[in-house]
Amino acid sequence: MKFLIALIALLTPIQIASANQVALESKVFVERTQVQSDGTVETILSPPERVVPGDVLVFVLNYENKGDEPVNDFSVTNPLPDAVAFRKSDDAGTVYSVDGGKNWGVLAELSVLDVDGESRPAMASDVTHIRWLVAEPIPIGGTGQLTFTGVIK
Amino acid sequence: MTQLVACILKTMAHISRLAVAVGICVVSVPVFAAGTRAGDVIESHATADYSTSAGTTTSINSNELRLVVDEILDVSLTSSDPGDVLAAPSATGVVLGFLLTNAGNGPEAFRLTVDANAGGDDFNPDATSIYIDDNGNGVYDAGVDILYDASSPPQLEPDETVKIFVLGNMPSTVSDGQRSQVGLNATTVSGNGAAGTVITGAGEGGSNAVVGANGAQDQAIGFYAIAHATITLNKSATVLDPFGGTTRIPGAIITYSLVAEVAGTGSLIDVVISDPIPTGTQYVPNSIIVDNVPLSDSTTDADGASFDGSKIAVRLGDVAAGTRSVITFQVEIEGRRI
Repeated sequence: MKFLIALIALLTPIQIASANQVALESKVFVERTQVQSDGTVETILSPPERVVPGDVLVFVLNYENKGDEPVNDFSVTNPLPDAVAFRKSDDAGTVYSVDGGKNWGVLAELSVLDVDGESRPAMASDVTHIRWLVAEPIPIGGTGQLTFTGVIK
Repeated sequence: MTQLVACILKTMAHISRLAVAVGICVVSVPVFAAGTRAGDVIESHATADYSTSAGTTTSINSNELRLVVDEILDVSLTSSDPGDVLAAPSATGVVLGFLLTNAGNGPEAFRLTVDANAGGDDFNPDATSIYIDDNGNGVYDAGVDILYDASSPPQLEPDETVKIFVLGNMPSTVSDGQRSQVGLNATTVSGNGAAGTVITGAGEGGSNAVVGANGAQDQAIGFYAIAHATITLNKSATVLDPFGGTTRIPGAIITYSLVAEVAGTGSLIDVVISDPIPTGTQYVPNSIIVDNVPLSDSTTDADGASFDGSKIAVRLGDVAAGTRSVITFQVEIEGRRI
């Protein structure tokens, strides 16, 4: 349970400018493999104390409605850092942009121009922005978490 | 605290989902050649948009994440020779080529050493030295390319490749076909070790460095092969006396046959075979025949054969190993005929 302790240490509340009703907090972890006492290897999430190309980063976004009324049409947008190749998000309601945030859609419906100027289906590594569309209103005190993974180029 | 607890639980769920038991002991090591440069900063933040019942829309930003990319130490070394490098006995400065690549993501210096005394081969070079291809033309240029200096080893940018030359002197005692294995080792100056090892403070800008998949060291080998051609000359004679016999008497004709065979590897340059006419005999004019082709005695024509009054000479030119040439000429035994 060492990693749990480490995570709790990481989760020390940080001050978020929250004159707003909703607080949004961004965190990042790095996937590591760890040999267990029985010889098996497990993948764990570690604080990003050192990161090198090829490392898998797990981005975690936590939101909470701290206001006194529900909020509607809630969406969260996260541009991909240039040095990170998007891998996946398992969350429902995600849409993507492969052109810097101009056009949005599910990945299978997007396309990009390859080096020859030919259109080809977009791949995860083409993603420039990820957006979550939360369909239901968020009640007072409601919380949620969004995650995506990427690889350091 | 609701949010924090939820976060822990969800993260735990995430961990358990990711947990895999594969039963072998592996360490996660990036396989990227270079990738994002060490010291680069990864920044990320998210924006949330929402509306309230009053119809107002609001946009808020999350905190900004900031990660500094650490340094991978790695190196790749390969031989650039298509095969054995041929060398003659006693040849000096015979060049083996290698390609040294910085396979990490930060600028690094690389220490080089030659291992010329490995076993399992036929000989060791007398001496070796290492040169850096300073003008980048891929070919060793004496007086231009720089002798490797261990106190200032070559520094390469990420993904940069430089050609390295190992120059060796061949012993005089080696024979055709013998081979010598020469290894070149490269090590990152910042450190090396098992893949995944963290070397504190060794990275770009004082950050930590992580040893990459190759262990931050590599070795490549090249081979010298001795190419040595040798010539053997066998002389024989047949005698025909005036009576149809084989007695060496005045008036008898001796036909000398010189068989020149070049063996080994490569070729011999500008081979000339000459043979003095024995005392007591007279050369039979225009009797030189080379590989069944009669040639003239002139010393000035271009047929390569000549008689200068005391010896015959045949210029065979450059002769490749495996070539056999047969030269014949005739003399007549002097004296009072019987």
